[in-house]
Amino acid sequence: MTNIAKSENTDMNMSSGPFVDVANTPKQQRAPKARVTAQNVNVFYGQKQALFDVCVDVPDRSVIAFIGPSGCGKSTFLRCLNRMNDTIEGCRVEGDIKLDGQDVYDPKIDVVELRARVGMVFQKPNPFPKSIFENVAYGPKIHGLATNKTELEEIVVTSLRKASLFEEVKDRLHEPGTGLSGGQQQRLCIARAIAVSPEVILMDEPCSALDPIATAKIEELIDELRANYTIAIVTHSMQQAARVSQRTAFFHLGLLVEEGPTETIFTAPNDKRTQDYVTGRFG
Amino acid sequence: MNSWMVALLLLAVLSLAYQQGWSLSRRLATPEGRLHSRPAYHGSLVAIWTIAPALVIFGLWALFGTSASRAFILANLPAEIVDTGGAALQSAIQRVRAIASGFGVAGEVQPYEAAAGEALRRFQLIASATVLAAAAAFAGVSLYFARRRIATRLRARNEVERLVRYLLLACSGVAILTTLGIVLSLVFEAARFFTFVSPIDFFFGTVWNPRFSTTGAGSGQYGLLPLLWGTVMVAGIAMFVALPIGLMTAIYLSQYAKPRVRSIVKPMIEILAGIPTIVYGFFALVTVGPALSAFGASIGVDIRATSALTAGIVMGIMIIPFISSLSDDILRQVPRAMIDGSIGLGATQSETIKRVVLPAALPGIVGAFLLAVSRAIGETMIVVLAAGNSPFLRANPGEPISTVTVTIVNQLTGDQDFASPQSLVAFALGLTLFVMTLFLNMAALYIVRRFREQYE
Amino acid sequence: MTDLSQNASPTDGSQARLKRIRAGLGKRHAREKRFRLYGIVAIAAALTFVAILFAMILSKGLPAFQQATLTVPVTFSQELIDLEPRPVRESGQSAADFRAADLRWQRDVTLVNWNRVVEDAVRSLAPGSEISSRDLQSLIDSAERFKLRDAFVANPNLLGQTVDMQLLASANADNWLKGNINRDLPDSQQQLSAPARALADELYADGNIRMAFAWHIFTNTDSRSAPASAGLAGAFMGSLYMMMVVIVLAVPIGVASAIYLEEFAPKNRLTDIIEVNINNLAAVPSIVFGLLGAAVFINYFRLPLSAPIVGGLVLTLMTLPTIIIATRSSLRAVPPSLRQAALGLGASKTQTVFHHVLPVTYPGILTATIIGVAQALGETAPLLLIGMNAFVASVPGSPFDQSTALPVQIYLWQGNENRNFFEARTSAAIIVLLALMISLNAIAIFLRSRLERRR
Repeated sequence: MTNIAKSENTDMNMSSGPFVDVANTPKQQRAPKARVTAQNVNVFYGQKQALFDVCVDVPDRSVIAFIGPSGCGKSTFLRCLNRMNDTIEGCRVEGDIKLDGQDVYDPKIDVVELRARVGMVFQKPNPFPKSIFENVAYGPKIHGLATNKTELEEIVVTSLRKASLFEEVKDRLHEPGTGLSGGQQQRLCIARAIAVSPEVILMDEPCSALDPIATAKIEELIDELRANYTIAIVTHSMQQAARVSQRTAFFHLGLLVEEGPTETIFTAPNDKRTQDYVTGRFG
Repeated sequence: MNSWMVALLLLAVLSLAYQQGWSLSRRLATPEGRLHSRPAYHGSLVAIWTIAPALVIFGLWALFGTSASRAFILANLPAEIVDTGGAALQSAIQRVRAIASGFGVAGEVQPYEAAAGEALRRFQLIASATVLAAAAAFAGVSLYFARRRIATRLRARNEVERLVRYLLLACSGVAILTTLGIVLSLVFEAARFFTFVSPIDFFFGTVWNPRFSTTGAGSGQYGLLPLLWGTVMVAGIAMFVALPIGLMTAIYLSQYAKPRVRSIVKPMIEILAGIPTIVYGFFALVTVGPALSAFGASIGVDIRATSALTAGIVMGIMIIPFISSLSDDILRQVPRAMIDGSIGLGATQSETIKRVVLPAALPGIVGAFLLAVSRAIGETMIVVLAAGNSPFLRANPGEPISTVTVTIVNQLTGDQDFASPQSLVAFALGLTLFVMTLFLNMAALYIVRRFREQYE
Repeated sequence: MTDLSQNASPTDGSQARLKRIRAGLGKRHAREKRFRLYGIVAIAAALTFVAILFAMILSKGLPAFQQATLTVPVTFSQELIDLEPRPVRESGQSAADFRAADLRWQRDVTLVNWNRVVEDAVRSLAPGSEISSRDLQSLIDSAERFKLRDAFVANPNLLGQTVDMQLLASANADNWLKGNINRDLPDSQQQLSAPARALADELYADGNIRMAFAWHIFTNTDSRSAPASAGLAGAFMGSLYMMMVVIVLAVPIGVASAIYLEEFAPKNRLTDIIEVNINNLAAVPSIVFGLLGAAVFINYFRLPLSAPIVGGLVLTLMTLPTIIIATRSSLRAVPPSLRQAALGLGASKTQTVFHHVLPVTYPGILTATIIGVAQALGETAPLLLIGMNAFVASVPGSPFDQSTALPVQIYLWQGNENRNFFEARTSAAIIVLLALMISLNAIAIFLRSRLERRR
């Protein structure tokens, strides 16, 4: 209890000058080649501000984890990166988010194209009420990525392989995707995202609805995918962040408190709040 | 007996009995022996037991009193008047009653009338006194016993609650009785109809011409098919109008519209659902029919003002809100996560709707569609006014037709000779209609239920 | 497409992919726009139907509330009204005898040539005219002579006096003056003769005929011989009685069965059957309920034809499922914590339900009741089967008297041969019916918001 009270206190102090905090992040710790860069991102839900001047870079072909207690804004930030927040009534995003140097919120940008380039995997496995094959084929079909049936089949099989699901489902590709187990469903969703071959994959607590064994499989998968994709993952579990990510960003009450190499964040954080959180004093 | 007086008396007895139970149980309550139930429950229990027998007696008298007094009058009238029967007997009974009530009759009073009236007066006096006395006696006896049962350990509350529960159960039995009543009356009367006309001629006949009941029984032709065809055609046209408009409305309101727009537009469309069907019928007859006919003339097609097309289109308008609000409910039950999944892959909103939302909601929408069809084939007033009432097998929707419901109305209104096949056929038609809608409803409810369970 | 799997050269692969995606974008966005447009068109169509329907009803119905009314000096002349004084009850006379005598006197009053009185009155307004009495009388509603008779019965002292009275013009005169009938039609197709039309125009120009608010729509009963004075009073009372029956029967029974099914019923096959049965009953066509009424109430129990009590019973059975389903869903919406809190304090199940759960659901039950009653109010088809389409020219004094109902009156009026006049009259009746339904709903919304605020 006292810890919580304390952290709230520090926060009160912080909120008076959030700029200082971000500026404190050492420059040299930033990843050299960033796929996505975010500068001074503010997000509002109606009158309520959910994110304050967040600045993060998502480095190419590696995994960045967003951690923090519930309601800290980490998911909100993630959903800014492919403009999923557009679908929420009354949500307003300010600031500068760039994908390969292109402003994501530029009115000239086509969200459809953006989302094809920045894929997303959700908290709860959400396969469509279609067959396994059709689930994976959905993205390529709508985007017109395959010119014929063979090409489409190839994409589906490759994506399922990459998601380490092919062996388990190869005999029942035309059965409904909803019939799979939770972990398999989530891998199906990852395969579905991969099928569009996005450059960046956003994962919003992909394991929170899964059992430990399924979680381990997904984590393994994320580690494999790192070779080819840029991944940003929101997670509740610090262990998961430590296991899968190269860099970690800690959010608290809408502020990006600290960002850096995962090892640094977990072993030698600069900020008192990060330290309290990673040592399990609150969260 | 004045029924107001009786009601007042019963009320007085009721409160007296309640008061008795209440005060008696209260006196029993001592620090050592605590009452099981609060005095109010003792009071209620005593009141219920006291009033119930009296109510039964009054109920019996209300049911059989009139026929008893009628029998008494008949017994007191001269045999030759009783034998004439008919209107003369009716008026004689009326006169005797008027004399007995002291109001008197105009004109000469026959001695036998006076005697019968006097006897009836005495009979009524004695009868009502007896009923009153019997009710009072039963009430008194049961009050006595109910009072004697009062004890600290009497579980008065449990008993009262059990009685209340029985009452509630009886109330929910009314719905069952209604269904039973519908099924029995339809089957029974339809069976009577089938003693005149063979079921094969009815179900497979292609000519509908029942004639009039005055021209002799069983002389008409009772082919169901022209009516069934008309019903199907009108319902088909209605669905053709209602489904696209209703479904697109639901899609727009549930997926695109901002909450503000939704909160204004949805009730406005639902106004259509609250308008009585007779109003739609009038609308069809006065506005839509002539407009269609003029439109047909302008493009060189012959459309009659009252036709399957007129009735179908207006019925479609009536069904729009039905489809749109059912589909809206169902579309909103498609999980947000599924929609997000599609949007997250870069699908446009319409792609998401067409490829994810609608397939997911399909069973529910099929259910809504079936319910709407069931409503369309059971709809009466629009077709009565606007379909033209012409029971022939015709393929052209611009021609007048007739439907099952229209024919039920035609056969049962006006001349009410219940025993003729001309009237009874309405029940055979009603049975057909009932079975058709029953199947549609059962299927629809089953599908919708399954759909709901899937996403809950 | 090997690059998809191997991802050997990410930039090349993604460039090719992006090209493909971009190629399709224009078409996809166009499709999106079109789809959205379909939605807007559908809504616009539905709203247009609402608008057209209301515009049609209002434009046709509102003029009917204004009716051509003639103000004339009526002379109750001794010559024409040659009667004995009204009888008074003598001692020793039986009630029946007195009534017979009084009725005889009233019959004599009725036999007076009131038409002549009317004719003289109107003629006094157009002294020079040589119009025939038949043409002249065709201007005045034929039931208006009873207005004179009733005035005289109420006040026999009028004999020999002249008073100004308002008389309704006939339906045909009303049509002519309002332009409901084409004024250029030849004589053979006109309802009124040429002199009558000329006189009507003259009286209208002089201000002797004015358009006055037609109160009699609300106070008179239906009339066939005198269409101009036909009103809704009988149908209104009939509907009122039926709604009373529905409220008295359907609401308690419906709420009680909902309580039983939701709170007490054990989950077994029987309650399952009741549940399915109620859902089905809600979707049974209303005309089937009419058949039930005809077979059971009329034919089996021998209840009177055309009586509001029977109509009320039929509508009760029809409304019951609606009320049960709505009440159940509002009971289901009560949080279980409320029940658990009450049960935890030692209240019995019955006490919990009646003292704690039920009061919370009052707004829901109220809404359900009003939806059900409004539905019953507008129902026509089942009433036709139990004889409520009979022509009744009196206001029912009890639910057992012959009567009609508002929607049935609409049905009867729309079928009247005098289309020019009754199209407007029917629309007026529809306006009254819709106004009733809208105010019922408004009351529901008002009460509901009040009840919900109190909680």
